[in-house]
Amino acid sequence: MLGRTLREVSAALKQGQITPTELCQKCLSLIKKTKFLNAYITVSEEVALKQAEESEKRYKKGRSLGDLDGIPIAVKDNFSTSGIETTCASNMLKGYVPPYNATVVQKLLDQGAVLMGKTNLDEFAMGSGSTDGAFGPVKNPWSYSKQYREKRKQKPHGENEDSDWLITGGSSGGSAAAVAAFTCFAALGSDTGGSTRNPAAHCGVVGFKPSYGLVSRHGLIPLVNSMDVPGILTRCVDDAAIVLGMLAGHDPKDSTTIQDPVKPFTLPTLTDVSELCIGIPKEYLAPELSCEVRSFWSKAANLFESEGAKVIEVSLPHTSYSIVCYHVLCTSEVASNMARFDGLEYGHRCDINVSTEAMYAATRREGFNDVVRGRILAGNFFLLKENYENYFIKAQKVRRLIANDFVKVFNSGVDVLLTPTTLQEAAPYLEFIKEDNRTRSAQDDIFTQAVNMAGLPAVSVPVALSNQGLPIGLQFIGRAFCDQQLLKIAKWFEKQVQFPVIQLQELMNDGSSVSEIEKLASVSLKH
Amino acid sequence: MAAPMLRWWCLGRRWLLACIDGGSRHGRGAAIGFTSSRKRGQTSVAQQPLITSQKSRKGEHEWAAVVGLEIHAQISSNSKLFSGSRVHFAAPPNSLVSFFDASLPGTLPVLNRRCVEAAVMTGLALNCCINKKSLFDRKHYFYADLPAGYQITQQRLPIAVNGSLAYSVCVGKKPSRVITKTVRIKQIQLEQDSGKSLHDELRSQTLIDLNRAGVGLLEVVLEPDMSCGEEAATAVRELQLILQALGTSRANMAEGQLRVDANVSVHHPGEPLGVRTEVKNLNSAKFLAKAIDSEIERQIHELENGREILNETRSFDYKLGCTMPMRDKEGKQDYRFMPEPNLPPLLLYDTESLPPGADPQQVINIDWIREQLPELPSETRERLIQQYGILPEHSFALLNEVGLLEFFQNVIKETRAEPKKVTSWVLNIFLGFLKQQNLAVNESPVTPSALAELLNLLDRKAISSTAAKQVFEELWRSEGKTPSQIVSEKQLELMQDQEALEQACHTVMEGHPQVNNIHPPISLPGTLTALKRALDKVMDVKRGNPRAINKLIGLVRKATLSRADPTAIKEILERKLSP
Repeated sequence: MLGRTLREVSAALKQGQITPTELCQKCLSLIKKTKFLNAYITVSEEVALKQAEESEKRYKKGRSLGDLDGIPIAVKDNFSTSGIETTCASNMLKGYVPPYNATVVQKLLDQGAVLMGKTNLDEFAMGSGSTDGAFGPVKNPWSYSKQYREKRKQKPHGENEDSDWLITGGSSGGSAAAVAAFTCFAALGSDTGGSTRNPAAHCGVVGFKPSYGLVSRHGLIPLVNSMDVPGILTRCVDDAAIVLGMLAGHDPKDSTTIQDPVKPFTLPTLTDVSELCIGIPKEYLAPELSCEVRSFWSKAANLFESEGAKVIEVSLPHTSYSIVCYHVLCTSEVASNMARFDGLEYGHRCDINVSTEAMYAATRREGFNDVVRGRILAGNFFLLKENYENYFIKAQKVRRLIANDFVKVFNSGVDVLLTPTTLQEAAPYLEFIKEDNRTRSAQDDIFTQAVNMAGLPAVSVPVALSNQGLPIGLQFIGRAFCDQQLLKIAKWFEKQVQFPVIQLQELMNDGSSVSEIEKLASVSLKH
Repeated sequence: MAAPMLRWWCLGRRWLLACIDGGSRHGRGAAIGFTSSRKRGQTSVAQQPLITSQKSRKGEHEWAAVVGLEIHAQISSNSKLFSGSRVHFAAPPNSLVSFFDASLPGTLPVLNRRCVEAAVMTGLALNCCINKKSLFDRKHYFYADLPAGYQITQQRLPIAVNGSLAYSVCVGKKPSRVITKTVRIKQIQLEQDSGKSLHDELRSQTLIDLNRAGVGLLEVVLEPDMSCGEEAATAVRELQLILQALGTSRANMAEGQLRVDANVSVHHPGEPLGVRTEVKNLNSAKFLAKAIDSEIERQIHELENGREILNETRSFDYKLGCTMPMRDKEGKQDYRFMPEPNLPPLLLYDTESLPPGADPQQVINIDWIREQLPELPSETRERLIQQYGILPEHSFALLNEVGLLEFFQNVIKETRAEPKKVTSWVLNIFLGFLKQQNLAVNESPVTPSALAELLNLLDRKAISSTAAKQVFEELWRSEGKTPSQIVSEKQLELMQDQEALEQACHTVMEGHPQVNNIHPPISLPGTLTALKRALDKVMDVKRGNPRAINKLIGLVRKATLSRADPTAIKEILERKLSP
């Protein structure tokens, strides 16, 4: 039952094959079994069981609230959840219990969804590995999949092969792992430079970043306000569309959401792609791109072409400036957004009380990790009066150029762009942490980040397994506010590629093998 | 009208009109001379230099002061600029704080339409150009009562620019001339107020009250077109009246709804402007002019003693009567301005640019607000002068007290008395009583109707003006009684009985037989004492003159308990005395 998609399990609930409480309990027990993945920071067991109970009452009365009623979901721990600790994986917010729900959380709850817990991330979503949070790194469920382990056995890597677990990507790694490990049917992530799509690609799930302004940011603890969007992680494109349908639309609490009403929609099945024009941006053929990813990318292009679609090479000439431009804009907004964490109204406060200034300094030093502090420092430098023109203003201009690149391409008749999501499959943790956070983020975001600059919708769809048995994702980028069309094409593609299901039998079934894996996992921690 | 004017001067001098009387105001430092001087900017409003308060002797250094103002007016609105919290003065601490006001992570600003309308209306009233597109910025600084670590303001592109404010100063002694001056308005911007920090020195604690955090402010920036404290104070007063007339701010300085910072510098006319200081937190109407003038004096004093003026922030110590450097504002602040990413550009429309089919709830039409503009204080004064023929000074006085104009108009509505008479009563007697007891107009025990009735009695000569004052005092004391009731109870009505009056005159004349002949007046010595002595003498030596008859009139009035009309008495006496 847990291996089903959201749509399937929703049907099962409606048909009475399973009750919301049963479903919730199954998920809770799997969450416990997969605790070593570190996907959740907080498991809201009590709340979830109560919500499931309520849902069950509704089903019994025949008054189900819809497709999401009784469906276990997870939410990244940078969305405000009323009465449930919200930490952003930071010591700064450890113990902070918000008094309100983020709009997207509220909307899911209003639809009867059952909140299983809050998922792990990089501190304040600053990272691309889900390795830099105050609660430790997230482990990729694929590290323990039959597919990966069999491949590893074929090509032994020395004595430590089992301890060489993989990162999830990030920063929404906890949400991606939660969905991939079947502990929930959909999860909310956030996406500022690829934080939803990147872990989705590494964890073999669908990661959707809606158009900027389509989904409310109210209650999403910001990284970069002008680029953040709530992301959706599911096991198939259809499920993402269902969740989007529930979340999209104007929010009076977020002035940057679109004013026009969004009609609820069901994703039609595309049967004919011959009218489509698929753009392949030549700048995305990066030298660091792995052969395997590159080969799946061109196979995908061929697939569209063979089905009658027009596939053309296009140019997004300013792509290479995206990383540095993002660095300036991101750190500047971070410097500003993080100013509120001063230990006065909420969050961590140090013991020093000689003066307000000393208290600020110590609180912020203790509360933030090096990554966050580094970005604050950089951002404040860029915002200084003497630097503002040279950095911030220039970066804004470059951002406009990057956005215009996309506008030009779409105006030339391209329907969607097809690109890789990541350079390669998920890296082992020990390898990943050889580079610092900044270098990693710069490398890992190169295919995803420009989309945030332009506010466009994009979705990462798992395509196939690599030689190592690890998932590879490809990204579709759509026109602004053409999210449905984008998902329609993604759905067609998903159907063609038939991505294999992760085989986590040991985890799914009760058995001794679980503890065996746990043992291995704990061994790996010592490295 | 000399007497009423004098009185009115005393009452309202602080605000009403800058009375510049040839230098005595600034005369403490004898060498100080002010000339009006303003930045000779491109758009400089043509003005005559108003005050050359000290006739500068040749060869002596002449100083000119340049004063610009930044005024923060709290917008009168039910809720805050970006949140739904209520706005209320003196509510229990931290009782009006939304999640956004406390900067809870994830909260976002939502612009309050009312505040935008207030800004547009104020901009229009101040002859500004309203920007159809304006932007919001973050201004960063760490302070305990600024929860987000930044203030949302409009640094790059404010909602209104390039306006002007006309204010009137009164020049010279009686008869004074009212001169209208203009100060340019650089811009009006919308911004958030901060919270309040209360420093408990005893326990070395700082207590934070966030009730004020996020309340909408209009920052009005006045160009350095003023040249002394009095001008600045008068301009602020006029702005205050305009805001109150518009209803966009209650602009009560005591409640902190109007706060003023002044930029002050001095220089020799014709030379470049001097280094300026910023005098912060001039939050009392009483000390505004004084603080600025003392800073001007200080700067001149420093320069004349060969010292330099530092570009610094100072505050006015009202106990010491001078400005002091502010300790915590030392060092240059870099506010690291950044566009506010959570608020899209603020777009305004006029009837021409209004998109067809736009939801009136979603758009703001400048022309529509223009139509809603109420009568502005300058227009009201003009109307009062035209409609009632009152003096310009009186038009100022009527507007100067909250509710006074309304009171005046209500009296006018119900009385047949001359507007000038009404003005005199309202500005002298009525206002005098209020001031004496430190009451606001709406706290007055005397209603407009009662005063109107009293003036009617006076107008139809039912009572004498002395009796009228007595009735007024009585009205002030005993609420509920009408003037007519008081008049009849106290028997204050004028004697209408001609026979009784004749009789009274006769009795008085009988009692003073010596005043039987009236002779032309003798020439009197100059001084008053001498005059009195001479007059007495005249009476004694039975020589009589017009003053002698006045004496008799007085006696008759006294005999009739002031109930006799002096004109009637005079007539009778003259008839009786004529040979």
